[in-house]
Amino acid sequence: MSLQFNNEQMTEFKRLVARYPEGKQKSALLPVLHLAQDSFGGWLPTEAMDYVAVLLNIEPIEVYEVATFYSMYNLKPVGKFVFEVCQTGPCMISGSENIITYIQQQLGIQPGQTTKDGIFTLKLVECLGACGYAPMMQVGKIYREHLTKEKVDAIIAEYRMQVAAQN
Amino acid sequence: MGVKLLLEKANVPGIRSYDVYRREGGYAAAEKALKEMTIESIVEEVKKSGLRGRGGAGFPAGMKWSFIAKPEGVPRHLVCNADESEPGTFKDRYLMEFLPHLLLEGLLISSFALGSNDTYIYIRGEYAWVATILEDAIEEATKNGWLGKNILGTGFDCMIHVHRGAGAYICGEETALIESLEGKRGNPRIKPPFPAIQGLWMRPTVVNNVETLAAVVPIIKMGGDEYAKIGVGRSTGTKLISACGNINKPGVYEIDMTISVEDFIYSDEYCGGIANGKKLKACIPGGSSVPILPANLLLKTAKGETRYMNYESLSDGGFATGSMMGSGGFIILDEDQCIVKNTLTLARFYRHESCGQCSPCREGTGWMEKILQKIESGKGEVSDIDLLWDIQRKIEGNTICPLGDAAAWPVAAAIRHFRDEFEWHINNRELSQTSNFGLQHYADPIHVPA
Ligand SMILES: Cc1cc2nc3c(=O)[nH]c(=O)nc-3n(C[C@H](O)[C@H](O)[C@H](O)COP(=O)(O)O)c2cc1C
Ligand code: SF4
Ligand code: FES
Repeated sequence: MSLQFNNEQMTEFKRLVARYPEGKQKSALLPVLHLAQDSFGGWLPTEAMDYVAVLLNIEPIEVYEVATFYSMYNLKPVGKFVFEVCQTGPCMISGSENIITYIQQQLGIQPGQTTKDGIFTLKLVECLGACGYAPMMQVGKIYREHLTKEKVDAIIAEYRMQVAAQN
Repeated sequence: MGVKLLLEKANVPGIRSYDVYRREGGYAAAEKALKEMTIESIVEEVKKSGLRGRGGAGFPAGMKWSFIAKPEGVPRHLVCNADESEPGTFKDRYLMEFLPHLLLEGLLISSFALGSNDTYIYIRGEYAWVATILEDAIEEATKNGWLGKNILGTGFDCMIHVHRGAGAYICGEETALIESLEGKRGNPRIKPPFPAIQGLWMRPTVVNNVETLAAVVPIIKMGGDEYAKIGVGRSTGTKLISACGNINKPGVYEIDMTISVEDFIYSDEYCGGIANGKKLKACIPGGSSVPILPANLLLKTAKGETRYMNYESLSDGGFATGSMMGSGGFIILDEDQCIVKNTLTLARFYRHESCGQCSPCREGTGWMEKILQKIESGKGEVSDIDLLWDIQRKIEGNTICPLGDAAAWPVAAAIRHFRDEFEWHINNRELSQTSNFGLQHYADPIHVPA
């Protein structure tokens, strides 16, 4: 098997499993899938799910069942930065539609698509618990709130710079 | 200024850290509970306080605690519900983000009262940075002897663990949450058995909301009787309201439940009025699942009396003319908002979040979304309104968990109060694509039968 946690990731894995009683290690499945997704390029190929099954000593099907149920697990490759824009009622009445259209125009992609350069993915999601700070989106582990067109421009530029700096 | 019991110190610089929280009197209630009180007396104070669950259902917390089974040799668990995914609701996030130690203190006292040595905070996966704040706070509390083994020399051991979900509204339902915490899909369980008898890993379990558990701190500090004096009737203590939509000051507010809805919306201390000088059209006062009300029924009950921000008053009139306190997610819609479209986004939400176990919910939520989409896009027929009504009625009460009802109620209320807006949409197919029905008569004084 080629996909494996490195030492640091393995330490984190052990810390996660230790939260649950002996024999209840399956309880760590959700947190461990987050760790796997973060460790293996932002999504969960079958190989990663099978690896998690071995680590937790459960059947692969138990992992697939869970990975397909929860919206935060990506079962297909995604861009480096995933824009998850909220489209539910409170955000909609606060102007999320205009922001979504604007992001589509700026990135030249539709919801569910990734830019050709592999940098950005656009996803429409349901309420993220930031309704008072709408319109908003989640990017990785943080929220970008009170979005305006200007803010969207700045955010896109910021991530492009990050990528350029890494290359 | 109203009474503040939870957010009193929210603006103290550095309150997120242990040192500042402690300096400001933090953990004094935990010390009192663990050193001077018995398990029974803590439960008794919570009962006397009249504290009702802040997660949405409003069930008395003390009573819930007294149901927990105590079989010999079986561990018990307290689980804090921080899934917070009901559209319009973002109060628990605020509490955890700014006052993590207040929640931990409440969890410690509650864990002691329930005999939970391993307590879990189930937090929605998207609140990743909040989970980190909580983990840091747990580390600080452990270092300072408030968590871990033999706390304050009482012989009581308690550890708090943060468990991140992964994106599923249904995991806020307590039995789905338990399934999820066991590493499974979030499919609600059939009750009974209730979690208090067989919950997490089939052990006796209490699931309470973040705000409920934080409120235990002021209750222990001031005593249940004093707490119960705040508020009115069976709406005791204070309530966090997350206000959003078309208002000047969206945000999280702590209210004592004697304030009128009108004052809450228009006073500068709270929402600061409707944004951009617009008029109020409608409001969903307790999170997306509760019935939407037009402006006139929101500010006054059908009897013409002032409506207040508390459990009883918000539900005055039942579903015919009232709504619910729910989770405290207060969503304001101004005169430019389209009720059909708003209802459509909520229907889409529930279709997306249905776990799929029961046919009425799985199929019905999809049908409702499709029909609303059809009406919204100018292709509806008048018979679609009756069809929608029929579908929502067939979901309600026919499912394993209350998500079915939660999906049905917003659609039912929208049709009940805004039927003419639906009809306008259908009769003005083209016009409805470029303009809205507007305010119409929704803010007119209601006719009170003599
Ligand atoms: C679909 C659904 C979603 C729910 N989401 C939440 C939630 O996010 N947070 C919460 O505290 N309660 C939620 N509840 C209510 C819980 O099932 C449970 O009643 C609550 O956590 C009990 O805590 P309380 O008595 O302190 O309010 C939800 C219920 C349903 C049916
Ligand atoms: S009502 Fe809906 S969400 Fe609840 S158990 Fe049935 S299908 Fe699942
Ligand atoms: S509706 Fe968008 S964050 Fe709640």
